[in-house]
Amino acid sequence: MNYQVDEKGFYGEFGGAFIPEMLYPNIEELRLNYLKITAEPSFKKEFMELLVDYVGRPTPLYFAKRLSEQYNTKIYLKREDLCHTGAHKINNTIGQILIAKRLGKTRIIAETGAGQHGVATATVCALMGLECVIYMGEIDIKRQAPNVARMKMLGAEVRPATSGSKTLKDATNEAIRDWINNPENTYYIIGSVVGPHPYPDMVARFQAVISEEIKAQLEEKEGTEFPDYVIACVGGGSNAAGAFYHFLEDENVNLIAVEAAGKGVESGESAATSILGKMGIIHGSKTLLMQSNDGQITEPYSISAGLDYPGVGPLHSHLHQTKRAEFIAITDDEAMQSGWELSQTEGIIPAIETAHAFAVLNKKQFEPNNIVVINLSGRGDKDLSTYIDYFNLR
Amino acid sequence: MNRINSKLQEDKKILSIYFTAGYPNLDDTTKIISELEKSGVDMIEIGLPFSDPIADGPTIQASSTKALQNGMTTKLLFEQLIKIREKVKTPLIIMGYFNPIMQFGLENFCQKCQEVGIDGLIIPDLPLEIYESDYKELFETYDLKNIFLITPQTSDERILKIDAISNSFIYMVSSSSVTGNQIGFNEIQEDYFERIASMNLKNSQIIGFGISDKKTFQQATKHQKGAIIGSGFINFINDNAASNISNYINNFF
Repeated sequence: MNYQVDEKGFYGEFGGAFIPEMLYPNIEELRLNYLKITAEPSFKKEFMELLVDYVGRPTPLYFAKRLSEQYNTKIYLKREDLCHTGAHKINNTIGQILIAKRLGKTRIIAETGAGQHGVATATVCALMGLECVIYMGEIDIKRQAPNVARMKMLGAEVRPATSGSKTLKDATNEAIRDWINNPENTYYIIGSVVGPHPYPDMVARFQAVISEEIKAQLEEKEGTEFPDYVIACVGGGSNAAGAFYHFLEDENVNLIAVEAAGKGVESGESAATSILGKMGIIHGSKTLLMQSNDGQITEPYSISAGLDYPGVGPLHSHLHQTKRAEFIAITDDEAMQSGWELSQTEGIIPAIETAHAFAVLNKKQFEPNNIVVINLSGRGDKDLSTYIDYFNLR
Repeated sequence: MNRINSKLQEDKKILSIYFTAGYPNLDDTTKIISELEKSGVDMIEIGLPFSDPIADGPTIQASSTKALQNGMTTKLLFEQLIKIREKVKTPLIIMGYFNPIMQFGLENFCQKCQEVGIDGLIIPDLPLEIYESDYKELFETYDLKNIFLITPQTSDERILKIDAISNSFIYMVSSSSVTGNQIGFNEIQEDYFERIASMNLKNSQIIGFGISDKKTFQQATKHQKGAIIGSGFINFINDNAASNISNYINNFF
């Protein structure tokens, strides 16, 4: 089975570039150049230097001793939470801004939900001295005040998306419209493995550094490059794509993608796209998508703002359809309990998105000699107010 | 002959009006179409509302959101249009995004279009290559003209490709912009209009985006066959009764 994107931009039936003609020149320019640019030695050198000296890579692969004892298996944590800005998101923004510079673009736009991708984009724009405009749903701006302040401090302009449901999908619509209105000087840094081809492939390649490091680190610690399980949470799916990437062709490595069930898959307040979604088109990609019977995109729900996207990247739709990855849905309550448990057991407060991945430990039985790698995609500082409210920590 | 193509053969400039089905009221659709025909409009684009219209600006998005809140669906639109050809002769085009059409079922959608008397489709996010490989034959079976967009950034090579695959008219987006974002045309746009005209394409071109009054209509139709008004009309119909449509249309003649 092949899990790489084909020459037309599809993973099996999913993917492609369903875009209005106004976007065609920019997407085509990117499609024709992204592999060429990222293969250049000067690009590779600059990208790697920034990942090492600025982001702090490689991130540790940490053997979680107490957690392993508790679940009677061998659990390793890939510490993406230790990246600069607190999550894996910056691996991608570094890569894309280097592409933008080589394409001669002077202005950067991005969408953000909880603000993590917005902060990661504003950070690299400050680093490169480029103008930066971040679109964020009006409702999210109110919910995520600290990240809005961070973006402003980093020199970005934060523009509220006031259309539709005023959240992530509308921020993405507004960013796309901005690109249509500014086709010459602007580059759009998409934050996940979503959007029209070549974005899903390009973002997956930048995040693939995660699984590349896991292989080398496991070889050193366990004498094998291959874990039995890799577990990662999925909203759009960028950290999962990165953690799975170099294991896709090795069918002995079990891949587990963890979605947000919200208040329960059947509750009407959920973001479990693989269960609730049907094939459709969102933001230029053919993929599984939460929608009404009439094809109107519905608003998802999760306690974690980073997982409430109504679609999922086309690679993940393909992994779901081919059963290459197992999809498990975790509720708000299960995720919050797992976030609490990781904090108390290992001294690591995870992002609530990431906490969903840890809840799988209560859902699946692992063998004592299994090697289970959980991608610890982000740290929980940004979620402190949610934790405070949920556990009444005042 | 398809009604769009007969209209294009007439020796006159084409005035085409876009409106969103189900806006401002759910059952305004046929009333607006009839009034537009009575006012002398040459072609009518019926917008099938979508929750996430990425090529449209705030005016059309707001009208779509309202239309959906009013209860508009693809199925209901076809029900409203079932008897439209008993009273209206004007070419009718449905403009909609690909996802709702996909969920309705492509073949089913085309069949319904033919049944009620739709002449063409504008689907901004259905790319040329996918249309050609997957849907061209189907659209032709039901005599539906698929209308493609070009913009000032579209390369000559791609324009020629679009011209070759089109068989009615080409929708010329006047500038790099979403809908409803322009005030008047500048020299760069006039050069673009002239450049496209000088390509001697086999399909006529109709300009959309940025036409709001007599002056912009005349600028747009200096070199091209016609012009489309969308956001301007949506703003009008938001504030005025359908019975006043002729007052608005008279502004363009």
